[in-house]
Amino acid sequence: MEPFAIKDCALIAVATGERAQTLRELRDRLESTHPGCIYYHFWGGLLEPRFDDPEYQNDFASWAWHGLHEARLAERLGIIDPTEYPDLEDLRHELVEVIEEVLDESEILGWMRASQRFHFIRSQIVVLDTAVQITHPGDLSEFIGRMSLGSIFYHFIDARRRTEHGNNDFSEWLMGLGEEYAPLAKRIAALDPYFTSLSEMRRDLEGIIRAFNQKGIP
Amino acid sequence: MTTLLEQYAEIVGKAVIEHLRQLAKPLEGKKVVHINSTREGGGVAEILHRLIPLKEELGLRAVWEIITGEAEFYQCTKNFHNALQGNVVDIPAHLLDVYESTVRENAGRLGECLEQADMVFIHDPQPAPLLSHFPKRKGKWIWRCHIDVSRPYRQVWKYLRRFVIEYDASIWSLSAFAQPLPHPLYLIAPSIDPLSDKNRDLQPNEMDAAYTQWKLDPDRPILTQISRFDRFKDPLGVVQAYRLIKEYVPAQLVLAGGGASDDPEGEEVFREVKAAAGDDPDIHLLLLPPDAHVTVNALQRASDIVLQKSIREGFGLTVTEAMWKGKPVIGGNTGGIRLQVINHHTGFLASTPEGAALRIRYLLKHRDKLEEMGSKAKQFVRENFLLTRHLREYLTLMLAVLYGAGDRIEL
Repeated sequence: MEPFAIKDCALIAVATGERAQTLRELRDRLESTHPGCIYYHFWGGLLEPRFDDPEYQNDFASWAWHGLHEARLAERLGIIDPTEYPDLEDLRHELVEVIEEVLDESEILGWMRASQRFHFIRSQIVVLDTAVQITHPGDLSEFIGRMSLGSIFYHFIDARRRTEHGNNDFSEWLMGLGEEYAPLAKRIAALDPYFTSLSEMRRDLEGIIRAFNQKGIP
Repeated sequence: MTTLLEQYAEIVGKAVIEHLRQLAKPLEGKKVVHINSTREGGGVAEILHRLIPLKEELGLRAVWEIITGEAEFYQCTKNFHNALQGNVVDIPAHLLDVYESTVRENAGRLGECLEQADMVFIHDPQPAPLLSHFPKRKGKWIWRCHIDVSRPYRQVWKYLRRFVIEYDASIWSLSAFAQPLPHPLYLIAPSIDPLSDKNRDLQPNEMDAAYTQWKLDPDRPILTQISRFDRFKDPLGVVQAYRLIKEYVPAQLVLAGGGASDDPEGEEVFREVKAAAGDDPDIHLLLLPPDAHVTVNALQRASDIVLQKSIREGFGLTVTEAMWKGKPVIGGNTGGIRLQVINHHTGFLASTPEGAALRIRYLLKHRDKLEEMGSKAKQFVRENFLLTRHLREYLTLMLAVLYGAGDRIEL
């Protein structure tokens, strides 16, 4: 049985110098900006300083409201769930589509100046090997409870852009262990990583695995 | 004896410290030098006083050196500071000569230490040209800018840019401050130190002393703004907001800030605020010395609500300090205050004295909300704006700069 190697990670934010003062500028920059920016503005807040319970889950929606004071746009951008898109280019396309629609509906929004600029930020991720390995799935719950938030981010969020099927590392590992663990793998994969914090995610993961260990998942 | 890391673990939890240890492991034994221009006074020195021993405890060979100069050197660098914050300041050529020659002399003195370092952090403009004196440097050099450079006076930024451009990377407090440069522009928000005199828990007798010394009534609401008497901090707006609520609530207002002796405009603003306060015995204008950390701590803790009604603000560490003491903050909708004050959660953003007054009345009427927001504010600071997060980002940056340039660095 291949052991599960626990890794840890940390993000560091990098300013790109790209900025937008109007919605049209945001649209233009979005079309060409580094995909890492799109990733950061959806997921970076989980590990970087940001309020855990924000009004909007992504920075584009937040700017639409706080910068442009445009509630309809903020709501339409805010509901975009990045987990529904196979890759960042699809997510980029959806963002541009939503903005285009709004621009078509209101000419004034195209040139209206926001009260604060949108600054495009990307991030670098540093991945560390903790030298801790889980050899048996029965031990997973015990280890998860003690994992750092960086480890949760790496194995549950970052994994989506590393693994072939955009899955999390825990489910990938369990799937490889045979049919016995397939229900648990599926249950973990069904956990919604959006609209939550890393500590909540860790608690939910621990709960699912504990329940499985006690009575299995039908 | 308890180590520093153990003391922080009691505040932020063991997992956070363990994470720091993980990040520091690949950096063990690396020589990391920080250079600024003073050991005492100012936020940079305050942070370095703690960061250096923490890095040492984590196994790095951390060194802190300062550059020194004569009066004209500091005159020049003070001009830099003002110009980078947007003031139009034309600096005479002879001051620039003094600046460059002073840094050259310091480079000679610090020679071997800097040449052999694995990583050098140069803080703010004062020591910026040092790098040009080390063509055979071994390590990576990072320029750390603590100043709000969102709208610099272009002439001065253009002059300094030619020194900064050569660095391997730079660090900025907010994305709005970052200036385009041909190297990675890292973003690291500032932090507060929960163990410092300004932020540590105070004993009841220390609080009693503050009430007595400043003639404050602990049984009536206290509103406080801690900041320089500067128009950008809008102290007159704060007095106006207080007047709007005074009829309904028997509140006391404290406006406390640094002395204004070397700042002609500060004196003028102070006079204006004094005139606006009139003879109201419940308005307390306090001119505090720069080392009045315990007093600031006590005033923030004594407050029911803390205000930071700035019109323009860098990061706003006074907001962080107040939130750490479990106080909701009513802050101006500007700069780093926006990152910290989350409407209806950790306080309120206000754009006018009327807006601030409205929120003060609301919070004083709904004590349960005030407590709830104060508690959320403290938790928010615990997770995001304490020194341990700052250190985590420094370590991450060091790993990123030393071990790779791509989006993903696997160690």
